[in-house]
Amino acid sequence: MAQIVDAGGGDGKGKKKAKKGTPMMDMTPMVDLAFLLLTFFVMTSTFSKPKVMSLVYPAKPDPKAEKTEQKINNAVTFLLSNDRIFYYQDQFYPEGNAAGKPATQLEETDFSPQGVRKLLTDLNRFVLEKKAGYDRQLKSKEIADSTYLRLMRQAKSDNAALKVLIKTDDKATCNNFIDLVDELKIADIGVIAPVDISADEFKLVKAKTDK
Amino acid sequence: MAKASKPKGAPAIDMTPIVDLGFLLVTFFMLAANFRSDEVVQVDTPYSISEMTIPENVVMITVDKGGRVFFGISGKPEAKENLLKRMAAKYKVPFSQEQIEKFGILTDFGCSMQEMPAFLDMSSDDRKRLVAEGKTMAIPTDSTNNQLKDWINFGNIEMLAVGEKAYYEAKDKGFDPNINEFKPKFILKVDGKAEYVYAKKVIETFRDLNINNLNFVTGLKADPRKSQ
Repeated sequence: MAQIVDAGGGDGKGKKKAKKGTPMMDMTPMVDLAFLLLTFFVMTSTFSKPKVMSLVYPAKPDPKAEKTEQKINNAVTFLLSNDRIFYYQDQFYPEGNAAGKPATQLEETDFSPQGVRKLLTDLNRFVLEKKAGYDRQLKSKEIADSTYLRLMRQAKSDNAALKVLIKTDDKATCNNFIDLVDELKIADIGVIAPVDISADEFKLVKAKTDK
Repeated sequence: MAKASKPKGAPAIDMTPIVDLGFLLVTFFMLAANFRSDEVVQVDTPYSISEMTIPENVVMITVDKGGRVFFGISGKPEAKENLLKRMAAKYKVPFSQEQIEKFGILTDFGCSMQEMPAFLDMSSDDRKRLVAEGKTMAIPTDSTNNQLKDWINFGNIEMLAVGEKAYYEAKDKGFDPNINEFKPKFILKVDGKAEYVYAKKVIETFRDLNINNLNFVTGLKADPRKSQ
């Protein structure tokens, strides 16, 4: 066994004993080295690799292609400002529009679980109910993993599934944007489209935030 | 029984277990951890429930709190050196061999092509100090002088070449690799407090290049669906 060698060595009395077994070895420098390396690795390393959230943006429209007004069914548009979140459902109708519809009013919600999460859960009931059914089937092994994923994709892109547009004003922060996208993922929204805010919408948000 | 002799000098301690423990921990840290990269700016990313880890082959754009844009690519120095040579040819900025080699080991940077030679001559600490003081210009993203677009475009070309090589190497070894895993991914690392308009500028640049699938770096937070 290794031991610290006593620097004092032989004492006056008695004869030196014959060496027995393993020779002594001073381990102190080795311990020093081990802990030096340990400190180095602790200081220079990061444990978890960072996580990423994937988001697919809509492709830029071809400028040569003809502009077609698409009618949006079952959609909700979120308008983000600095830590505030407004929304309206379906199409936007500005004040005094040609169709003679009443002007769109913005509703306000917040980032709490009772706010936007509850709202999305209610609006996206179609997909969530389907998902609950598929989850049960998956658990009882009625359907395979791949079937589950295919069915979920189908449900998310169904006409009855909720579609979400995200618009931001000039004061919205990245935190607001990512938090909202995250809520959309929690609510299993399949179609997420970050788009530019229109001048009319911007005016409405400004009127609300300036108050 | 003989009288117990009085202990003299330092007591003998058996050091073997402590050495064992020390090296065990060293081994663990060596294997478990990956090195922290030497980034020029620290950002506080937003949080999401996404559990996807960051891919290997990436082009990463960082947007800091003040909206400054930084660029970095992963991979070997060779790819970065080629990237700088392409940019140097396009913007007609001459670089010495030493500067090119310095660029090869750079994690990320935030300056225009015109400032690049001076930036490369600085030490790593000086660069960080300048960035912290808010003195570097960051990469121009204006529509008239969108250098970021060229960085992304050329970065993509270089990373595709790297990925292609890795793909064929994996294939030669007898694996059945998925080609999509070798394509470069585009990462946006934004500071949570940065205004979204700055991130949007970068996103629009990506979309102009027809790159629509972007990944945001986020910290992990608990998924509320799982706790129910």
